[in-house]
Formats: sequence, structure tokens, C-alpha cells
Amino acid sequence: MTKLIVDGKEIDVPPEYTLLQACEAAGAEIPRFCFHERLSIAGNCRMCLIEVVGLPKPQASCAVGVRDLMPNKDGSPKVLNTKTPMVKKAREGVMEFLLINHPLDCPICDQAGECDLQDQSMAYGVDASRYAENKRAVEDKYIGPLVKTVMTRCIHCTRCIRFSTEVAGVPELGAIGRGEDMEITTYLEHAMTSELQSNVIDLCPVGALTSKPYAFTARPWELGKTQSIDVMDAVGSAIRIDTRGREVMRILPRTNDEVNEEWISDKTRHVVDGLRTQRLDQPYVRMNGRLAPATWKEAFAVIANRLRPVDGAKVGAIAGDLAGAEEMYALKDLMGRLGSANIDARQDGAAIDPAWGRASYLFNATIAGIEQADALLIIGSNPRREAAVLNARIRKRWRQGNFPIALIGEKADLTYSYDYLGAGAETLAGLSSSKFAETLKSAERPLILVGAGALARPDGAAILSLAAKAARDLGAVKDGWNGFSVLHSAASRVAALDLGLTPGKGGKTAAQMAQGGVDVLFLLGADEIEVKDGPFVVYIGTHGDRGAHRADVILPGAAYPEKSAIYVNTEGRVQLANRAAFPPGDAREDWAILRALSDQLGCTLPYDSLNALRQLMFAAHPHLARIDQIAAGDAADLGKLAQNLGSIGGNADKAPLRSGVTDFYFTNPIARASAIMAECSALAHAVHKTAAE
Amino acid sequence: MLADKDRIFKNLYGLHDWGLKGARARGSWDGTKAILARGRDAIIEDVKASGLRGRGGAGFPTGLKWSFMPKKPDGRPHYLVINADESEPGTCKDREIMRHDPHLLVEGCLIAGFAMGANTGYIYVRGEFIRERERLQAAIDQAYEAKLLGKGNVHGWDFDLYVHHGAGAYICGEETALLESLEGKKGQPRLKPPFPANVGLYGCPTTVNNVESVAVVPDILRRGAAWFAGIGRANNTGTKLFCISGHVEKPCNVEEAMGIPLRELLEKHAGGVRGGWDNLLAVIPGGSSMPLVPAGADQADTLLMDFDGCRDKKSALGTAAVIVMDKSTDIIRAMARISYFYKHESCGQCTPCREGMGWMWRVLTRMAEGRAQKREIDMLMQVTQQIEGHTICAFGDGAAWPVQGLLRHFRPEIERRIDEYTRNADAQGARDPIPVAAE
Repeated sequence: MTKLIVDGKEIDVPPEYTLLQACEAAGAEIPRFCFHERLSIAGNCRMCLIEVVGLPKPQASCAVGVRDLMPNKDGSPKVLNTKTPMVKKAREGVMEFLLINHPLDCPICDQAGECDLQDQSMAYGVDASRYAENKRAVEDKYIGPLVKTVMTRCIHCTRCIRFSTEVAGVPELGAIGRGEDMEITTYLEHAMTSELQSNVIDLCPVGALTSKPYAFTARPWELGKTQSIDVMDAVGSAIRIDTRGREVMRILPRTNDEVNEEWISDKTRHVVDGLRTQRLDQPYVRMNGRLAPATWKEAFAVIANRLRPVDGAKVGAIAGDLAGAEEMYALKDLMGRLGSANIDARQDGAAIDPAWGRASYLFNATIAGIEQADALLIIGSNPRREAAVLNARIRKRWRQGNFPIALIGEKADLTYSYDYLGAGAETLAGLSSSKFAETLKSAERPLILVGAGALARPDGAAILSLAAKAARDLGAVKDGWNGFSVLHSAASRVAALDLGLTPGKGGKTAAQMAQGGVDVLFLLGADEIEVKDGPFVVYIGTHGDRGAHRADVILPGAAYPEKSAIYVNTEGRVQLANRAAFPPGDAREDWAILRALSDQLGCTLPYDSLNALRQLMFAAHPHLARIDQIAAGDAADLGKLAQNLGSIGGNADKAPLRSGVTDFYFTNPIARASAIMAECSALAHAVHKTAAE
Repeated sequence: MLADKDRIFKNLYGLHDWGLKGARARGSWDGTKAILARGRDAIIEDVKASGLRGRGGAGFPTGLKWSFMPKKPDGRPHYLVINADESEPGTCKDREIMRHDPHLLVEGCLIAGFAMGANTGYIYVRGEFIRERERLQAAIDQAYEAKLLGKGNVHGWDFDLYVHHGAGAYICGEETALLESLEGKKGQPRLKPPFPANVGLYGCPTTVNNVESVAVVPDILRRGAAWFAGIGRANNTGTKLFCISGHVEKPCNVEEAMGIPLRELLEKHAGGVRGGWDNLLAVIPGGSSMPLVPAGADQADTLLMDFDGCRDKKSALGTAAVIVMDKSTDIIRAMARISYFYKHESCGQCTPCREGMGWMWRVLTRMAEGRAQKREIDMLMQVTQQIEGHTICAFGDGAAWPVQGLLRHFRPEIERRIDEYTRNADAQGARDPIPVAAE
């Protein structure tokens, strides 16, 4: 620890601190533009200048370490000043330079109201300009459909360059030109190809990079802000939903170091327009082959009539990928009361079963734990598409060095280098004889990442037990470290497994039900599975997607910003999503629909409020009450799983392992309803539309 | 005046053979092995004792700089990098060394590399120096052939020397920008600390030296530190190449003792100021990035050409590129042109330099016409002070100083021009009144 005196206050800071951190530890506020905690230090904006007594020049506090300070000759602590006239003058000078070529277009700038430059100019700016020359004008650049550029506003902090190079791993942004002619661009003005590109919008301290879809739609001060959880993938990124009136205007990341740090994927951020289009806002009933609008009462009556003669064993339910824990609990409750064991949440047919223990389906190493790992084996997954934010965490660890990575499955650009071991299960089975096995064995905390896609196939159980065996044999499971990690891609999956949404005794799986194994089938937002002709389908959901098209009765539900619900992410972390808006039209929250329906069916569910439902759910599954915590799985279960190889799984076939996500932008009904996601998908797949001549 | 026997650059004008044979005849490569046999510490002590200060502009003691290199290797290689990116307007000394006496540099590299434990050296040559690079490469090839360089050479210290060609950017003469450029990146200065002696080229300990600083080392070690220290004044010892350009009768490069009075330097070697000493308007003693020194009894008349002598006149010796301007010079336009150069060469990394250079240039351009307000003179001074000392590298300082020199010494001339313009503004009608931004 090093003693410093900051503004007359003595503090003790570790020597690896920068002066900026030391000053902040002492409670001093340091303005900055280029400095960002999660990016490398550029030191180019010069706004964070402070005075180090004994040095003639002011120092850029972000770039100077405490250990870089030469100790005073008499051994007294170094004195730093952040409020002296010298510091103020230096910062005012820098601010003036930043403003001379910055357009005064705050009234038409989307950043206004949340602009670092605007805020800092209140502290260090002057009211009038001394700059009598013409201001610089810079041509705007096309860098993709998500990020709008107004390059005249750029202050060249290079945060966006550093983000795309370091975090996103696609060095597509850069600066060309020199001096005042320096410009930020993607060189050939092509779109950025990262799934994380929109984070540059948040990083840009001015209005140079703003959200293109959100352009000119709202001002930050007129928005209601709700903290919530993202459901686009199974990571459960912390988000802030900004609403104006009833409408969700935009989604921003929140900082959660355990999960998403402060990044979110483009899908999480820009899916907003999908919340407005293709929405189901009233019940529908199929009459003469066509869906016709109906009232709730009529819809319930049709269901009750259809259900009355049917035996409980011929009723089934499938929960979708975006369902919250509450409605899944209610659905299971309802099925139980109808005398049915036919319930499933694994639309993709993934071979995971709560009976094998919670450790068999969690990302046991935890997302933050990736940074502790020292070797990684990826099995049948493309983390970049399945969980872009988690992939950034892997890349972060990889950049620190000494992190060998190997992949079994599809070759892909994951933004980091890896050894390609093979495509299929035989590689996995023969892993112990490969060279990489030695690497894993000698690693202290090896991580074995199993993708959901590797399990969602007929021989999924065999793959799972092979992976568990590899984890056991290669030392991924030991005291204080469980490196066996399943990466799910559905937000509802872990909660569904925790709640036991798998077929009961004699129950049918999702695939069997969809093939016509039941007479009446409830789909709770299940759009990823094709239901054959035959069953009477009741669809409870939000969008006019595959499930709604097949439905005989549609009951309009609430999308994730419109309900309060518990989600459990791939690590097993229980998180609470809050309601930011209301469902459109006659749509209702899903648990309430199930409760009302149960009343009509004569098996009333015993809760009249969400709180009452939660009380019962928490009593049955206590770990769900512990918000933001992880109830760790028991590593011993993995040993059993590995031992029972064969008896559980049977034999793996030769088909190559594939990721479950083929199109990052189209993984759920909300994303499929979004025009922006469609544009991104087309770009990513190089579909260029040209006008007819 | 420097005696011929004390000259280090004996082939400065290219009258003799530049090659190995000629260089040997002039004393190069003589007893190099014996010099190395003295050991690292002894060499560094000798260079320190000679009082040699870096010839690249900042005047940092060379021996001290070498002593910053880690003594014990930590597994990382050490690198010697020679800064031959001589781009300072007015400066043309390193190119003469490279094309006429390259073996001085090559031998100096070997000795400097040995003294800092480096087995590899890079010479970063300015992009525009095509022939110089070829000549230097030829000299290195000769040295390799004669087993003076390379692995298993006659000196017993493996040393490889590479010539790297820059792409023609002034900022790449800044030592850390040079390292970035050498690594293949955009030439932008790095943040210091860490200093190159700890984390330099490819993250390894590196020392960056000017061509002239290294080229004089073999002679210092051969003839003794005391010989070098005996030339010039205390703290400003040795000989120095002066590049005299501008309004003199015979512009030239000349090796002279440090501390020679400016007037003597100009009159002995350059034929004096055009039109006589009294026709002198101002002189820039150290390359375009240094403040000018105006004519006058207590200014240019008594200017001693060394580090301290120039500092006494609020300027600096820099690279000793003496730019002489006689009374025919439009001094404001001259400084505006220098400002344009710095605006054009600013790397654009940090704010004060990127934004300030253009501002200074534009205001000076108006001032050269007189199209300005008098209050803008003080404002311009403040702008230069807002740049100075607030940037990552010394480029900002070097660009602000010439403007400060102008404002310090030629304020009456600027005011006169503004008055003249204002007087004629209405009469000519067509000229715009002085523009002021709308608030």
C-alpha cells in the first residue's frame, strides 16, 4: 500500500492503482472521456489532468500508476491536487479545444441529456467561444444498420476503436488520417460484423455514435427507467428498459460484473421494435379453419368444451424459451390438476433431465468463473452466436494469455484462436488420448463448455455423459472448482428444469406431443417446435409466430418487459425481471391467463395474485427465492452421470456436433418480429437486395 | 574555432571514400575490440564522463540514458534503436552522416549495443531518405562482410543491425511513436511511463538514440572522455554538427565546438548574414520547433550555441539547425508556415495538439494579413499555453514554442499589421470586416 495525500486527505492505496483510481478512492471526481474501466488506457483526451506536487506539468491521471510516482526525497507521501487553479485551468483548456470543433447541435442530438461532453462542459466550459474560424466538418460514415454516425461530433477518444478491437474481437473500426483530419471509420464503410457492436453507442461519450433505430424517437429525460433482465439468451444480462408511456423505447445494459459486465448483445438492445409488431392483443378462436377474434370468455368456453371429454393423459403442455418461472409453475400445476404427466420445456429435445442432478445442466463454472479458468474445451457450441456476451468473457480471459482453447464441433470465427480437435462424438470419446487432454489435465481449473446444440439430438444423452466423463477424467471437477458447464440458449430452460417441466411418469416428451401424441396441447409461448395436424392447440403467447399460426385458440400473453417474472440463467443464477410496460390490448400476464383458465376448467389454481403464486413456488423450490444468487449443483451427480455412461445415454452416433443457434438474429418470436433483426440477419448472411432495373 | 584534429566527422562533405576502406583510413573500426573489452560499465562511465548530451533535440545525457537499461537480463532481449527519422525543418546533419560517414554510425551502434546488452539494433530511417538508406545499408553490408557485425564477428559481441524505412511522418521521430511505427502500427506516441528502457520495442528494454549521438561515441572512447569533455563549456561539451540555412551567404553543415557564439559561427562558416550582421532579423537556433531569437545586443548578438546558451535566450539548441532570417523576412508568415507544418504533422491522438494546431495556424494566417483583433494576440498566447505541457509527447510543446517566440518578440509587428489592415479595410470596401463567430 502506498500513502498519498489527495486534496489534503491522506489515503492508502495499492500501488497498482492509477492516479485516477487513487483520486476517486479519496472521493475526488475526475472528469474523463477516453478512459473506461474495461478498455485499455489511451490517455488521449487529456481531461483527467491533475497536479502532482513536484512535477512541473499536470499529469494525465488515468495513465499514471501510483507505483510510477517517484517518492519524495524526505519520504513524505506524494501530494496530488485535483482542485487547484492549475488543474482547473488545464482542464478548461482541454475542454475549450474539444469544443472548438464540436458542433453546437445539442438540440438535434440524440445524446443530449446523457452526454459526457455536455455534462463536463457545465463544469469546465465557458459560455462564449473564442474560436472565430470555421468549424471542422466530417462526413458521416456508414458502419452498419445499428449504429448511426454523426462524425462531426466525434472527439476522437477512440473508445469505440478499443472496444471493437479488444472486447468484441473484430478490429473493424479504426482511425485514418492525421491530426485534425483524423477520422473514425470502418475503412471501407462496411457494416461492423460483431454481435456486440452496439455497445459503442453507450461507450461514445458524445453523440457521434448513436442508436440508429432509436434515432429521434425520445429524449432521455422523458423516459421511465426500469431495471430488468434480458431473455434473448440464457445469460440473463442485466438491462434497463426505458419506456415512454406504455411503449418500450429502448433497452440499455446495466452493470453486473457477475454476468454481463456492462455489455449486451445487439439482439438484446435492438429487439425493441419486435415488441410492437406482430403482437397478439386479443384472443382468437379458429372457426371454419380461420382464426377469428373472440372475447376471453368465448375463448375459455371453447377450450373448456374441447377439454371436457378428453382424458388427462391425452392433454399436454409445452413451455417456450421465453417463459418465466411463475407461469411455468402455474402450467405444471394446471397439468397436474388435469391429471396429465405430459409436460415439457425442451422444445429442441435436449437430453437433459433434472433427475441427473442440477450440476448436469448448469454452467457450473459460472460466467465470472471463466476468468479463473486456465484451459477451455468447447463441445458442440458456438458461444459467439449462442451467448455473445459470454463469448466476450471468454475472449477477455483469452487476451490475458495462457488460456489454451480447443473446440469439438463446427469451425467458426469465435474472435479467439483455438485448436480444432474434430467434428463429432468420436473425437469426444477419444479425447483422453489427444494432446489437448494433457493440457486440460495439467490445468488447474479446466473448463468444459457443452453447448445446448450438442445435447439436442437423439444421442444427446450419450454426448452429455461423454462430456461428463471427460470432465471427470480430465480433472475439471475437483474441490473448489466445477468446470463442467452447459451453455443453454433458452432463457427459460434452467428454471423449467428446476421446476421439473419434464415428462412425469408415463408422460410424453415435447416431440411426442408435437407428433400428435396428445389430443389437446397447450403451448406456453412455444414457437420453436412444429405441431403436426391433429391435436387441438391452445397457444398462450405474445407474437403471431409459428405457434400462433398452428393454434386453434390464441390467448394473448405478456412479453418479458410487460411482466414481473423470475428467470434462472445458464449458471443457475435466479434473477428477477421487472415490469416496465403493460401488455397491449386485451393481453394479460401469462400466469393470470392460466389462473383464469383453470377456473373455467373446474380446477382452480390456489392463488389470486403473483405474490401468492410465488409463495407457493418458493415453498416448493426454495432456491428460487434467493434472487441474484446461485444454488450450486452437486458435483457428485456428474460422477454418477459419467459412470452410468451407456445405461443413460446409449451410444453416440457419428453425426457432427452443431450449434443450436443457426441465426443469431432469429432465435425467438420477438426477434423474428423485429425488422431490425431481419436487416441484421440479411447483412450477416450477405443477402443484398437490389432494386429491379 | 574547432581544430581539424578534433573533428569527428572527417568526411562530412563526402570528399573522400565513404566505404569501409576509407572509414578505416580515417580511424573507424580501430581497436573496437579493445573498447568492448573494457566492459559495459566502463563504456557507460566513459560516455557519462565525456558529458555527451543527446543530439536529437532534448539534450538528455547519453551515458545516463544508457545506464537506465536493466543491468541483469530478465529473459527479454534488449534493443538498440537509432532514430534516423530526421524530419525537423532546417535539420540535415544525420543525412550527411548516413551518406558520407556511415561507418561512424555502424560502429557506434555496435558499441552502444554492447554497452546496453543489446544484440539487435534497428535504424529507423526517414521515409524520404532513399539514397541515404541505400548508402547505410551498403555500409552495413560491408561491415557484415568484414565480420565486423553479425553473429560470431571479430569483436566477440553478436550484433545484428537492421535498417528500417519509415513512411515519412514527422511524428515518427518521437521515440515512442518511432517504436510503434517500427512494430508496424500507426505512428502515435505512447504514454510514458513506462519508459522505453523498461518497456520499449515489442515490450522489451529499448534505448532510442539519435544518429549523431551514437556516431560520436567511438571517437570519444578512442580518444578519451577527457578530450571530448575538454571541448566546449561545462555541461555543454564536445563538438556538434550545425546546420546553417536561410539568409546567409553560404548555407552549410559544419562541425564546430559547442558554445561557439552565433555570430562567429555564421561569419566563419556561412559567410555571414546576407547583407551584413545588422541585416539580421531573427534566428531560430535549433530547428523549427524552437522559439526564435531576435537580433539585438542581448539576444542574437550574444547567443552562445549550446544547450545552456540557448536556454538563456528562452530558446533551445534542439538539433542545432540554425535558421537565419534577415530583414526581408515576413516573420509572421514564416511562423504561420511553421504552424501549418505542425498542424499537418500532428498525429491527432490527444486533444490539445489535435485541435490546437489548426487553431494556431488559422489565427496566425489571419495575423499575417493583419485580419485579426489585437486581443487575439493574447488569446493566441493562451492557446499556446493550453497546448504546452498538456500533451502526451513533446510535439505539442515544439509546436507551441515557435508561436510563443513570435508573440514574445514581434508583438509590435503584429499590431502594426493589424492597424494597417484595419485602416485600409473600409477604403478597399471589398475586404471583409474582421469576422466574429455568432454567439
